[in-house]
Amino acid sequence: MPESKVYFFPNEPLVALLGNPNCGKTALFNLLTGSRQKVANYSGVTVERKEGRLTLASGKNIRVLDLPGAYSLYPRSLDERVTCNVLLGRAEGEKRPDLVICILSAMNLRRNLRLVLAAKRLGLPCIVVLNMLDIAKRQGLQIDTAALSLELGLPVLTSVGIHSDGADEIKYFLSNLDWRHLSAFQTGTSDATLENTASHIAHAESDNIQVQKILQTLKLDQIIPDHLSDRLDAVLLHPVFGPMILVTLLFFIFQAVFSWATLPMDLIKAAVEFLGTQITAVLPNTWLRSLLINGILAGLGGVIIFLPQILILFFFILLLEESGYLPRAAYLLDRLMGSVGLSGRSFIPLLSSFACAIPGIMATRSISNSRDRLVTILIAPMMTCSARLPVYALLISAFIPERSLWGLIDLQGLVLFLLYLAGILGAMGVAWILKHFTSAQFRMNALMMELPSYHLPRIGNLAMSLWQRAEIFLRRVGGIILIMTLALWALSSFPLPPEGATGSAIQYSFAGMLGQGLAYIFSPIGFNWQISIALVPGMAAREVVVSSLATVYALSTSSADAAEALVPLISASWSLATALSLLAWFVFAPQCLSTIAAVKRETGGWKIPIIMLSYLFALAYLASFITYHIAILLGLN
Amino acid sequence: MKLDQVELGALYRVNEVNAPKGAPQIKGQLEDIGFLPGEQVSVLRKGLFGKGPYMVRVGASTFALRQSEARMISVESLSRA
Repeated sequence: MPESKVYFFPNEPLVALLGNPNCGKTALFNLLTGSRQKVANYSGVTVERKEGRLTLASGKNIRVLDLPGAYSLYPRSLDERVTCNVLLGRAEGEKRPDLVICILSAMNLRRNLRLVLAAKRLGLPCIVVLNMLDIAKRQGLQIDTAALSLELGLPVLTSVGIHSDGADEIKYFLSNLDWRHLSAFQTGTSDATLENTASHIAHAESDNIQVQKILQTLKLDQIIPDHLSDRLDAVLLHPVFGPMILVTLLFFIFQAVFSWATLPMDLIKAAVEFLGTQITAVLPNTWLRSLLINGILAGLGGVIIFLPQILILFFFILLLEESGYLPRAAYLLDRLMGSVGLSGRSFIPLLSSFACAIPGIMATRSISNSRDRLVTILIAPMMTCSARLPVYALLISAFIPERSLWGLIDLQGLVLFLLYLAGILGAMGVAWILKHFTSAQFRMNALMMELPSYHLPRIGNLAMSLWQRAEIFLRRVGGIILIMTLALWALSSFPLPPEGATGSAIQYSFAGMLGQGLAYIFSPIGFNWQISIALVPGMAAREVVVSSLATVYALSTSSADAAEALVPLISASWSLATALSLLAWFVFAPQCLSTIAAVKRETGGWKIPIIMLSYLFALAYLASFITYHIAILLGLN
Repeated sequence: MKLDQVELGALYRVNEVNAPKGAPQIKGQLEDIGFLPGEQVSVLRKGLFGKGPYMVRVGASTFALRQSEARMISVESLSRA
């Protein structure tokens, strides 16, 4: 017998917000629930679930659910499937909503009204909210809400998502509502079935005719052009200037990510070190102290330090998204991405991966084509994430002379740029190869991306989204990353070195043994056993390799100046060929464990992470092998 | 006429959507976003050298479509009719 789960739901009524993408639903959700939001995932799928609480003037509490945006109730993407399942009461662990609020963009009634008709058919109590009424009025659009209400047979409210009091009419309506008699807003029978293809096509046609009739009755069947967006697009999507503006913008964002983050990153580092010295002063030199300092503090600190960069990058991504520019960037890049078998939609996840692959991999959820999503996940780790920077910085300052080429280009900077470029080219190459392994049927990757009107981003909405990103990241750090860090600490600390041992402690640990074994594998690409050992704890987070090298070389310095102390040491003991080979290794290097955990979560199994791990390992090995042997041929040994 | 052959900026009306045999689901997808018979449509912008992606206004919303997707949409001219 199949196991059946019983779920208990809170008593408060559940109100679901339903609407097309870009109808201003999330802004309204923010107005209704303020900061009382909870962001999680729907059970079993990686679709973001946003729920909030609203206390009505009557003192009653209700739960508000922000459903993923949907164009129709015939599910085509993961997001739309979740929306349908929730409305049908079929989503696991989810109560069927008591009331559906259909949010319409007053600027696009035609398409939005079709969704209302589909929602009515579900037999759930429905009310309609006309959003963006301010823009519509400004454009000379007069909407007779009473007539619309009559046509639909449902209450029609109005709202302005960008004003702080823009949702007051909804709140007022909800507080005067008789929650025991919602069936007044219920039309038709409660046939809670998912539309099949045939009924969907039939409904699509009849709905279209009905919407056309409603619009004619309301005298709204003419189209109002959006002059401001058209004028902006004339420049921003210009075939020549458009890409130039995009490149400039990306360049500026990268500059900001690295320069603005310096101060908060230094502060986090200082705080972690301060904690370390405090613990050292209080606790005796035992394994507990090592666990706290070398395990928890070093591991978590090493990941949290990237929070400022991730937040700055996300700030820009959210800003571009809210303003309506981001889909246009994807539009501009679609040809380029199309040449390697992807679509413009992969651009946003790949951009995020430059800060950290984890938010990048999470951002692939917006790609509706599952094949494209998988390829994007597979290549995302090749974008140079900021965790590689400390390693690059160490090796470049130790081995690449500080001089300029032709008096113009800084050689060290050039090498860094080439490393970034190598990652991008590697990713494009892999996508290109995968394109040839995809059958023509799956290659039909649609673009079909909406380019919404431009509008000024709202600071409040930006701040809220940014806070939610930070929360998700920190929760991950506290969970899986902490466990892995602890496991690696145990591996590199036990067994303890024997009495009178001369080498560093890590040499005698499991990690040390593993590293010495790995040295056989890595000697053809020029890595010595010290590097091989350091690569093991480096799996927690790449930049840990720097402090691990310091540990292996038995430096007694704290991690802060590990890099400084290492520079003369490794530049004296490694050949240039080894250094270049290690740089090449890090361009492709197999992922940190947290990335692998993220991929496993997002793809729902071990298959994809294992494929990713093995192909990146092979690629890294190959690249290092070629680099090492060419370097030796050039006499750089 | 197919949507990939139309004049930039001119108004057309959607006649029907024909999806290729290999991917019948695209028809419904295009209909969901608004490419329904009778709907007003115009191509606002093409990429460099007239190739895709196209910026297409259908009804009151704007979408980016690839050339292959535009080719599935049959239209008739509104300005001359």
